[in-house]
Formats: sequence, C-alpha cells, structure tokens
Amino acid sequence: MTIFMMLKKIVLTVLKYLSLLFFAFWAVLPIVSCVITAFKTDEEYNRTSVMVLPKNWLNFDNFVSAFKEANMARAFLNSTIILVCVLFFSVIIGTQLAYVLNRFKFPGNNIIRSLFLFASLLPGVAMQISSYEIMTKLHFINFLPGYIILMCGTDVISIYIFIQFFENIDKSLDESAIMDGANYFTIFYRILLPLLKPAIVTVCILKGVGTYNEYYNASLYLQDKKHLATVATSLYTFVGPLGSKYNLICAGVIISLLPALLVFIFCQKQIYSGLTAGAVKG
Amino acid sequence: MQAEIRVNEKKTFAEWFGSRKVQKALVIFAFMVVPMVLLFVFTYLPFGKMFSFSFFDMKYVGARKFVSFKNYLKVFSRKDCFGALKLSLYYMGGSVVQLSLALYLATILSFKVKGGALFKGFMFFPYLINGIAIGFIFKFFFTRGFVFDSVLNWAGFTLDNLPFWLKDQRINNVSLVGTSVWRYTGQNMVLFIGAIMSVDSELYEAAMLDGANKWQQFRYIILPSIKTIILLNVILSITGSLSAFEPPYVITSGANGTGTYFVVMHEIAHTQQKVGLASAMAIVLLLIIFAATIVQKLLFKYVFKSGDDDDPKAGRRRERAIARYEARKKGGR
Repeated sequence: MTIFMMLKKIVLTVLKYLSLLFFAFWAVLPIVSCVITAFKTDEEYNRTSVMVLPKNWLNFDNFVSAFKEANMARAFLNSTIILVCVLFFSVIIGTQLAYVLNRFKFPGNNIIRSLFLFASLLPGVAMQISSYEIMTKLHFINFLPGYIILMCGTDVISIYIFIQFFENIDKSLDESAIMDGANYFTIFYRILLPLLKPAIVTVCILKGVGTYNEYYNASLYLQDKKHLATVATSLYTFVGPLGSKYNLICAGVIISLLPALLVFIFCQKQIYSGLTAGAVKG
Repeated sequence: MQAEIRVNEKKTFAEWFGSRKVQKALVIFAFMVVPMVLLFVFTYLPFGKMFSFSFFDMKYVGARKFVSFKNYLKVFSRKDCFGALKLSLYYMGGSVVQLSLALYLATILSFKVKGGALFKGFMFFPYLINGIAIGFIFKFFFTRGFVFDSVLNWAGFTLDNLPFWLKDQRINNVSLVGTSVWRYTGQNMVLFIGAIMSVDSELYEAAMLDGANKWQQFRYIILPSIKTIILLNVILSITGSLSAFEPPYVITSGANGTGTYFVVMHEIAHTQQKVGLASAMAIVLLLIIFAATIVQKLLFKYVFKSGDDDDPKAGRRRERAIARYEARKKGGR
C-alpha cells in the first residue's frame, strides 16, 4: 500500500466519523435541550440561556408539577387501558384473519387482501372527515370503548407480519393435526397461536408504540380532557397560559417520552426487525 | 357454498355440521367477520360517505343542501385550498434530502463502525416520539434566542442576522420540513439497513476479490439489491408530501403561510364545519395521489427495466459472483 493510499483511507475514515458525529449531534440536540431545561428552576430558566446546564440535576420540581398540572396519573391510566385492550383485540383479530387468509383458498381471498392494502393507502386525516359523522351516530364520542374499537380497525402492517409468519409455519403441522381429528379452532388456538409468539411480540411493540403515541383521533374523539385524556393529549394542557413556561413543558414532554424510551431500550431488535418485516410487504 | 350445502342435505344435520367443508366455511366466517365489519365501518363506509358529502353544503348536524359540483369548483377557485398544494414542493424537497441521508447513513452503518448501534439508536429514536411532544420540542427549539439560535451563535452567526424560524414566511416551511426530516430519517435508515443486511455477505467478498472499491460495491451490489425498497420509499414520500399534515398541525397550527392542504382541510372540516367542501378537498387529493402513484410505478418500471443492463460488465461480474456464491454454498453442504 502506498503512502498516498493510506492517507486517503485515513482521511475517508475521519470524514466518515465526523459526519456520523455531526448527524448524531442534530438528532439528539432537540431532546437534550429539553432535558436540560426540564431541570431548571423558574429563576434559572428566566435568567440563563437555554443551553446553559442546570445547577441542580436533581431538581425534579418541574416533573412533579407537570405531572399534576396535566393530570398525568389519569392520562397514564387511560393510556394503559387503551393499550391493553387495543393490543389484545388487534392481536386476536389480526392472527385470526391472517390464519384464514394464509391457510384457506376461497373465492375472495385476494380481494380481501387488496381491500386491506387499499385501506392503508387512504390518509387518516382525510378519512376522519366522514368517520367523525359515523362516530357521532354510534355515540362513540367521549366514549373510551368507542375509541378503542376504532383503533382496533384496519392495520395492514400487523396483518402482513402475521401472514408472513404463517407462511413459514409448515402446513404439514395443520394436516397431521387434522388426521388426529382436531378441528380448525383447536388447530389455531392450540398449535399455531403458540408458534406465533415472536410475531405477536413484534406486532405488540410496533402497534403499542403507535397506539401510545396516537393523538389525532384521540383529540377528535376523546374531547373530555378531564377524564379521557391520553398521555399524548394530556400535553395539550400546556397550550395557552402555560405556553411559555418551557421548563414545565419540557418536563411534561420528557415524562411522555419515557415509556417509549424504555420500550426502545429493551426491545430495539424487535422494533428494527418488525419495521423491516412490515415494510417489505409487497 | 350454496351448492355444497344442497349436496349434503341427505345426511343428518350432525354429520353435515361436522363435515370438513362446513367446518372450513364456519372458521372462515367466524375469523373474518369482526375485521371485515371494522374495515367496512371505519374505512369503506366513511369513504363512500365522504364521496356523497362532497356534493352537499352541510355541517355535521343540521340541514343538508345538494349543490352538485359547486364544492369541487370551490376547491379549485379558493386561494387557500388548491394553492396550499404548492407547499408540498417543500416536503418533496425534504424527502429527497431525507432519503439520500438515510441511504448514506445506512450504507455506512451496514459495515463495521465503532459505536454503530448507539448511533443507530440516536438517529431512530425521534421516530418513537408522539406528535404533540414533537410540537412542543420544536416550538421550543426554534424560539428566538433558544436552542437553534444558540447553536448557530456558537458557530459564529449573530442573532440579528437570523430570521424568526417559524414566523418568517421565507423560511418557516423549510424549518417545518426540517423537523420532519429529523423525525423520519432514522426510520428510513433502519429500513435500508434491513434491506442491505439481507444481501448475502459473500457477494461483497466476491466483489472484493474482483477488486471492487467501496463505491463500486455500493453501485453494483447494494443499490440494485435494495432498489425495490428505495422505490417503495420514493412513492411513499411523494404521496406523503402531498398529504403533509403533522409538522404544521402540531408546531405552527398552519399559521403564517404554513397551512398545507390537509391542515387547511382539517380546519375547514372540524373548525368551520364546512363538511361538504372538506370532503371535496379530500376526494380531489385522493385522486391526485392515486394518479401520482400509478404514474410513478409505470415510470419506475420503465426506468428500471431499461436501466438494468446499462453496464454489461457489471452484469457479468454480478453473475460471476452469484455463480461462485452458489457453487460455494453447494460445496458446503
């Protein structure tokens, strides 16, 4: 290797790491600045520049008052109820649908697949113009179960993940069970569902984060902010008179991020692979 | 289904009920009824209703008046409706930046990099933040003299020369697009890494033996094998740009000329309650999106088909590498 080539390699490596550092800086900056601000007292926040570190990293006052101010105890309770119900029902619905679509040939199988695919292409914001009327007629507005039912609906990504997974489970398993006299319901619940566990975990993580973060439908259909706010919509408390107390707001924002952060730290691999699996749906 | 049932009529009910075919029909029905009802009630029924609403002058409550195509005429004549689509150009520009950046980072991170996993996590995490939090984070970030201005200050800019990032109409849409790039680049990157990882590593070895440099590896191995997913993302980002909604909705509420088509539509539907007009806007945009998707698919099909064989040498080299790879795999068994 000539000196020139070595030099070129070193320069390229340095450039590579510099560019990574540069982008990492911008990726974390908005969040880090929020964390810094969340630990400042009102006096510090008013006096110092936002990028100056707080004096006391153990000043949790803002977190406590943000939690109280936005009624986040209630919001966490609501979000938990929504999350558990939505995940439970959409896993049942999704696996059953994927089972039928993957294991049985019947007229309309392909049409149903395309109906779900097409549904995913329709932008949600546009659909809510008329969904709103339907939700009103069903008396689903300010009604937690109504919102949960709405959230259980069409979700192609999880159905695709389940179908892909079924494709990798050998059909001879079903057939030998049939020989033994098992009916389809037994086959599904006793044999296939336990095998689907990894796919179910993936879907729960992806859909769980999505449901936890959902705010558009929640703000349309759960307008009773006092009793029905989710963690995401509880942040709306800070719009208005509190709108410039950023040390308080940042604390609220950080609290709302923590569950997603924890899930991310512990389930990185599943999140990455679930996303990739969901994306190659073609 | 009817015919089968009639053939079976001679058997007793219990026999008939226990037969495989009926069992099968039963399980298909039982497992599909709930998802199909949900799909109908929350997607296709609203879709149909939206279409019919678009011909009425109406609110959610109260009398409705049939106005035929007047809503559609309004969509095109009102300045705030169709004109708002111009803003999509900013978002398209943003997605070009976003996709290229994601591709660059994914290519780097697919090979051995110190701290790669950590970096991947930093880039990806913004994707997991809820929209309202994003709104606050960036209102704070762009406030005069706050985070962004401070950092630019360190880099030597003086505050007086900096614009108001969310108010100045010359720059505010760019700021909003920036937040969207910040949020989704990591997600695109993870998708690309997944695709690159699925390329067999022996292909790279084969290429290295052939003396290919990093750029050639990228151009002739990585790019061809992930072009489907890139195409998918290009299509998604163009339709996504046309229906851009979240950044202006949560950060500026569409003020100061940042109202994209969907933000205006949301305003018209849920604040002004002009449901008919909003429905017409939605239908118009859906038609545009479908047209754009079809055109892009055809275009890419054509481009990729003719582009595949632009370098016969590369094709031969790839073939050789694949053949060698397959032979090795067979030998291994």
